[in-house]
Amino acid sequence: MDTTKGFVTGVNGNLVSVKVDGSVTKNEVGYIVVNGTRLKGEIIKINGKTVSMQVYEMTEGIQVGDSVEFTGEMLSVQLGPGLLSRVYDGLQNPLPELAEQCGFFLQRGVYLNPIPEKSWEFTPCVKAGDKVFPGDAVGSVPEGIFEHKIMVPFGFEDCAWTVKSVSEKGIYNVNDTVAVVSDAKGNEKNLTMVFSWPVKKAVRCYANRMRPDETLVTQIRCIDTFLPVAKGGTFCTPGPFGAGKTVLQHMEAKNADVDIVIVAACGERAGEVVEVLKEFPELIDPRTGRSLMERTIIVCNTSSMPVAAREASVYTAMTMAEYYRQMGLDVLLLADSTSRWAQAMREMSGRLEEIPGEEAFPAYLESVIASFYERAGKVKLRNGKTSSITVGGTVSPAGGNFEEPVTQATLKVVGAFHGLSRERSDARKYPSIHPLDSWSKYEGIIDAQRVGFAKSILSRSTEINQMMKVVGDEGTSSEDYIIYQKGELLDAVYFQQNSFDPVDAAVSPERQRYVFDMLYKILQADFDVSDKEEIRDLFNHIRQYFIDWNYSEWNSDKFKLNEKKLNKILNDRSRRA
Amino acid sequence: MQKVYTKIESIIGNVVTVRAEGVKNADLALVGKSYANVIKLDNDLVSLQVFAGAQGVSTTDTVKFLGKPMMVSYTDHLLGRVFTGSGVPRDNGPALTENMIPIGGPSVNPSKRIVPKKMIRTGIPMIDVFNTLVESQKLPIFSVSGEPYNQLLSRIAMQAEVDVIVLGGMGLKYDDYLFFRDTLEKGGAMSHTVMFIHTASDPTVECTLVPDMSLAVAERFALDGKKVLVLLTDMTNFADAQKETAITMEQVPSNRGYPGDLYSCLASRYEKAVDFEGAGSVTILAVTTMPGDDVTHPVPDNTGYITEGQYYLKNGRIEPFGSLSRLKQNVNGKTRKDHRALMDGMIKLYSAYKDSLEKKSMGFQMSEWDEKLIKYGKMFESQLMDLSVNIPLEDALDRGWKILCECFEPFETGIKSELIQEFWLYSDRKDLH
Repeated sequence: MDTTKGFVTGVNGNLVSVKVDGSVTKNEVGYIVVNGTRLKGEIIKINGKTVSMQVYEMTEGIQVGDSVEFTGEMLSVQLGPGLLSRVYDGLQNPLPELAEQCGFFLQRGVYLNPIPEKSWEFTPCVKAGDKVFPGDAVGSVPEGIFEHKIMVPFGFEDCAWTVKSVSEKGIYNVNDTVAVVSDAKGNEKNLTMVFSWPVKKAVRCYANRMRPDETLVTQIRCIDTFLPVAKGGTFCTPGPFGAGKTVLQHMEAKNADVDIVIVAACGERAGEVVEVLKEFPELIDPRTGRSLMERTIIVCNTSSMPVAAREASVYTAMTMAEYYRQMGLDVLLLADSTSRWAQAMREMSGRLEEIPGEEAFPAYLESVIASFYERAGKVKLRNGKTSSITVGGTVSPAGGNFEEPVTQATLKVVGAFHGLSRERSDARKYPSIHPLDSWSKYEGIIDAQRVGFAKSILSRSTEINQMMKVVGDEGTSSEDYIIYQKGELLDAVYFQQNSFDPVDAAVSPERQRYVFDMLYKILQADFDVSDKEEIRDLFNHIRQYFIDWNYSEWNSDKFKLNEKKLNKILNDRSRRA
Repeated sequence: MQKVYTKIESIIGNVVTVRAEGVKNADLALVGKSYANVIKLDNDLVSLQVFAGAQGVSTTDTVKFLGKPMMVSYTDHLLGRVFTGSGVPRDNGPALTENMIPIGGPSVNPSKRIVPKKMIRTGIPMIDVFNTLVESQKLPIFSVSGEPYNQLLSRIAMQAEVDVIVLGGMGLKYDDYLFFRDTLEKGGAMSHTVMFIHTASDPTVECTLVPDMSLAVAERFALDGKKVLVLLTDMTNFADAQKETAITMEQVPSNRGYPGDLYSCLASRYEKAVDFEGAGSVTILAVTTMPGDDVTHPVPDNTGYITEGQYYLKNGRIEPFGSLSRLKQNVNGKTRKDHRALMDGMIKLYSAYKDSLEKKSMGFQMSEWDEKLIKYGKMFESQLMDLSVNIPLEDALDRGWKILCECFEPFETGIKSELIQEFWLYSDRKDLH
């Protein structure tokens, strides 16, 4: 079949109108040829012989009459060994390699092979005559610490394929044929280690989806204890600027108890990506003893990079997550920020002159966000293994107002809501997750009843605080004042966590349970004090010991000493002692 | 050969359309005597944005396409000069035409960036101690009309140790332009300064060009190994100029009339702040005035999401709440070991002071603790927050400890005991009991 060609008839920002000479498909990829440079674009609207393309590059210099070549394929990513620890842009262009070729600046129209051309040691796991389905492994190669499965491409017809032949164990290039399969009609296909998959289609090569019922430990106290996330679940982190969304996400990326982390930096600052790039290779993953970068993929389309590719970047990241989930691994996908992606949609919708919805976002905003988050999930694969994709998206609501469309559309589809508050970040209370407004539908690491009790103290304490602002200290009873101080203590020593302190930055579930026990005792204690100055003084001391305790290494002498101090003050000052 | 077109189809606002062929998107053209650039192509209908404004453009005027995008000259002769937004000299000096470079070039490859780690000392404790400015950072100064933001900007320009200063003025009052010029001249900084100035009475389109011109030049200086500080004032005027163009082009407005791509527009400029490995760096400080002191207004709001923090300038001083330097963590761990803890501790106490102040204003009885906080707050405001305070970082930290010691007992500060042991001034009170 000849590929369709066309020529440019109009340019408006990054939207280019093209007159075509044959059949085209919606979301098909095409290249506009400008002075020999080929600029990638995607068809987003077809109207007779005129199609509208969103161009993933700057459109300067395009002129009416420039020729356009269509590929007949939808926007796809290449899947194969060698994706881990790499840095891609939104179209899966490897950025370090691009830098080698083009220097400091991103040159448009340069597209490099995302999968490194190298050889791997292939070990087959099927033999001739075996039946395999799309998404089933035919063998594996070692990729860092993982056994990277070489699978039957997801795009093959969903039926049993018979293995005709499979290569013996040995070193092969990624593009060498490692197996031949045929369908019932005898159509043979060669399998290499690499195949492509359209980014906007969800991969469904699993047996069935399961309920996310296992806690994903992030080592952040307020999340694991109070606002847990589940493996295969979804959560969102909306917050005004400066509330610490990105720092929080980096903490999650570092400490989350998963196999693979994919960070999609979508329309955010380039500097933040650089921090990950420079920091992660140095950090050691305590689970494996290897560099954190070995389990990480970064997809970054920062704010100054072309807008259309920004939208693609979250899908690119999601598709890679689905690829690794198919191998039986737990994947965490962190998207920062989904609002930028929604804005990219809005820009395009405006150029297409669609009728705008709320705040000029397109009417399909909600359904697009919902179908993105629904690609997360815990699944049972055909070989019986379970694996998961957990999705965490930050939202940057305009003006920090959670009533705006993107936050609201996201809240409808996620299982946990970690709302960040400006008040808390202004008072340097980090992580600035609002303990009372946020919620989670998942199970945490600590007994729900005890967590509920702690929460009730906190909410009562907040009420008393409000009341004290009206009636003053003198109008508050000592009992209430103690509850207020207990709430403040809970906030200061448990919700707040210093991500820059080597010890406090990551708290193991074991330690969380241990520390929570002590805190629970304090919250339940009946203190033998009535004078307000005395109460304040007592709680200042408890807080000081508790903070010192938090900063001491688990089970060190210092840890035990501070624990002793806490126990002493608790025994000396409470009535039941 | 350049073709000349005479058939102007329409003139709406500052946008002129003409039927022409072989025109490239974003190319430069001459409409009559004024420069213009192509902003939209639709078959043979070309929309042009006229830099000097379309007032006085006639349907019989000629349109000449120059076949190249907007450019600016980059040479050492730029230093000490003043230009308009479209690059025309403002200071009676000769026009510069050598070594023309395009403006609004591609963005830096993220994998080529490095983690910024050099502090820029300003001598202002609210910046140095609490929100340290870092080389290659992009920071806006959020303020309202009437605040001394331009004075603050020029003070930072004079005190910061940089090689080149690029000043981009958008919608500046003429007085303010003269203020900048005089201050820099007096301080001897003019010889390493380039100015691109759009004053309030100049055509709007030129306003939208100022950041691109300034940053294109800054980027080249940085590539040549210079430490460049770019000062932009006021970015709200830039956004308003963008809004004007978008509305003229009948784009669907998104929020308070601003175009849907406001975020991308601002981001592509701010993201020019960079530290080139093995070469120089670009640091951006930009004033953003908040209409009606409303931080949720689209311009400051979008800016806040792009930049690496912000300084709030209010009542003549930099507010500790809301002000934030996101990169401070990169540098303040290496200054002095008490820097971070002192910074956090003092802000927490200042926040408690604000609560007590509220209580006091409502006429409640003040507890002993409240009195302590109020004493502390007053000292903090007069000895550290005041903009007239001009001391190096180390002195400011010592002053911080002194204030704490005069107001509190060690355990009341919430600072780690180890630091208290070392830095508390009265040794007999070091012990927590």
